[in-house]
Amino acid sequence: MAEKMALAKAINESLRRALDSDPKVLIMGEDVGKLGGVFRVTDGLQKDFGDSRVIDTPLAESGIVGTAIGLALRGYRPVVEIQFDGFVFPAYDQIVTQLAKMHARSLGKVKLPVVVRIPYGGGIGAVEHHSESPEALFAHVAGLKIVSPSNASDAYWMMQQAIQSDDPVIFFEPKRRYWDKGEVNTEAIPGPLHKARVVREGTDLTLAAYGPMVKLCQEVAAAAAEEGRNLEVLDLRSVSPLDFDSIQASVEKTRRLVVVHEAPVFFGSGAEIAARITERCFYHLEAPVLRVGGYHAPYPPARLEEEYLPGLDRVLDAVDRALAY
Amino acid sequence: MTVESTAARKSRRSAGTKSTAGKTTTARKTPSSTDPELVQLLTPEGKRVKNAEYDKYVAGITPDELRGLYRDMVLTRRFDAEATSLQRQGELGLWASLLGQEAAQIGSGRATREDDYVFPTYREHGVAWCRGVDPTNLLGMFRGVNNGGWDPNSNNFQLYTIVIGSQTLHATGYAMGIAKDGADSAVIAYFGDGASSQGDVAESFTFSAVYNAPVVFFCQNNQWAISEPTEKQTRVPLYQRAQGYGFPGVRVDGNDVLACLAVTKWALERARAGEGPTLVEAYTYRMGAHTTSDDPTKYRADEEREAWEAKDPILRVRRYLEASNHADEGFFAELEAESEALGKRVREAVRAMPDPDHFAIFENVYADGHALVDEERAQFAAYQASFADVEGGH
Repeated sequence: MAEKMALAKAINESLRRALDSDPKVLIMGEDVGKLGGVFRVTDGLQKDFGDSRVIDTPLAESGIVGTAIGLALRGYRPVVEIQFDGFVFPAYDQIVTQLAKMHARSLGKVKLPVVVRIPYGGGIGAVEHHSESPEALFAHVAGLKIVSPSNASDAYWMMQQAIQSDDPVIFFEPKRRYWDKGEVNTEAIPGPLHKARVVREGTDLTLAAYGPMVKLCQEVAAAAAEEGRNLEVLDLRSVSPLDFDSIQASVEKTRRLVVVHEAPVFFGSGAEIAARITERCFYHLEAPVLRVGGYHAPYPPARLEEEYLPGLDRVLDAVDRALAY
Repeated sequence: MTVESTAARKSRRSAGTKSTAGKTTTARKTPSSTDPELVQLLTPEGKRVKNAEYDKYVAGITPDELRGLYRDMVLTRRFDAEATSLQRQGELGLWASLLGQEAAQIGSGRATREDDYVFPTYREHGVAWCRGVDPTNLLGMFRGVNNGGWDPNSNNFQLYTIVIGSQTLHATGYAMGIAKDGADSAVIAYFGDGASSQGDVAESFTFSAVYNAPVVFFCQNNQWAISEPTEKQTRVPLYQRAQGYGFPGVRVDGNDVLACLAVTKWALERARAGEGPTLVEAYTYRMGAHTTSDDPTKYRADEEREAWEAKDPILRVRRYLEASNHADEGFFAELEAESEALGKRVREAVRAMPDPDHFAIFENVYADGHALVDEERAQFAAYQASFADVEGGH
């Protein structure tokens, strides 16, 4: 049944469906119970499924992920919430050292189907440590899968697929898009989790993005169209694995690529995309792959974030530079 | 007078220095076996002492079971010595010896039930033995052919964990799962005095207490975290930390297999009965180096080791078995032969252990696969195949 709902509500509905259909699914995190999470993503779930399945945890992120690993060893499928992007680092050791490696170290005997939900990114005027985009820090780690939906429908279905995955998935939720509404068909058959999607077809240049930057890239493409430029927009959806085949197919057509993310450009996912697409599409490219993202500086105070984050004009500027070659 | 100030004074008192082999090392007080804080059922001299609280947990123990505990300890020590030799011969890259900690591991390991789950560090060779993990399986990671060579679920014995203290959280989560399932199994998490400083251990105490998880935290305080004495980790006796989290903590003579068996049984029964976590501090001593890469002469005095040698965990059981006529010469001779056979089997198994296939790098990175791993495997295969071309004369 198709219904229009906010992205946060789509995740809520997806979690509800998972709790309903699999008794092994658990929700864990700080304030996820009565409060329903600080963004209300888990609103009402504890009321309906009880505090044994929707678990308010002590304020200890390493403990949340570490105990989720133990629960997964016991056969559970925990979906844990890290309250904000900048709070994940106490759990970084458990995620990188334990969660990511257990399947390989056990020679495939142990599977850890844990989903780590992280509301991420800026643009909401928050205080320090509440606006970061640490996806590259996780993408560097083999054993993890990293996804980020850009719209309500993907949020619903990608969460279903992340929970069903036998691999640990870091699920980056674009917090500034939590309230954006979109059509969600809960009876659709979703495409593969780690496949990119063309959200706007074009011929002159490819804009590749994921999560919160997809909407921006669509706005950029609309603005560029007024100037007679026909941009293609690719929603990558998954950061690890990255769907290089889809990027390649698009770049072979448009011959130009600009990658956009909120995370710092330096060693960001755009760097990896640029390197690999240069290797794959060397003879097709008319311009170097350009990147638009955050600067090599701590995420700034809220009154400066508009300058720090990629915006319409900065992306258009990169588009102009790529087209000038 | 607060506990903290007492401990601080004791710590200052024991801070005198002695020179050994030209190095400055710390001479430390050795604990008294008559310490009222220490649960002991068998003295270093092999005398059975009464304990009103814990006797009942070993009251029904038969001579056969006693000989079994002795056998477990002897064979574990033999296996451990063989592994150390294999490292010296270049067959293993590294070995972490359990020498001196046999009673703590066999006593606690034998207290577990088949359906209980064990979360070890990387030194629990004796516990692995009790769980039925083939000792040769423990050696793969130390030889460098894998990062953990057994299926944790076949013996409910999780893979060795090298990063200190991480496994205490996994143990707690597993125990939370047992409670959710309504099962009466329990979990035991091993860690050391060094790990007690880790945040993960503190968090596991918090989580297990809040959720009343059926887990026993078994801390082998072997006095040394590589070169750092316990005084560098704590101002209070470690077992006392439990009090702050709201669950009991007990210090047991870690060189007394009966006491370790009894106290762990008690703690596991508490867990099964829904009474939540327990901290057991097994007070013992790391007789050897931290690992084969370590050199303890740089930081500790020989006298300390000698004092602990007098409290050997195996010798005291032998004395008890002999004095109570529970074992004859034939038993000891047979065990000696069995020990040698085990050493030989381990030696041969290690030497025969094949190097992994090159493509093992790419195996099991993910359960459901990953496009990049597939791509890199193919690149690696093409690169490998390029050598075949050269050899073929192309």
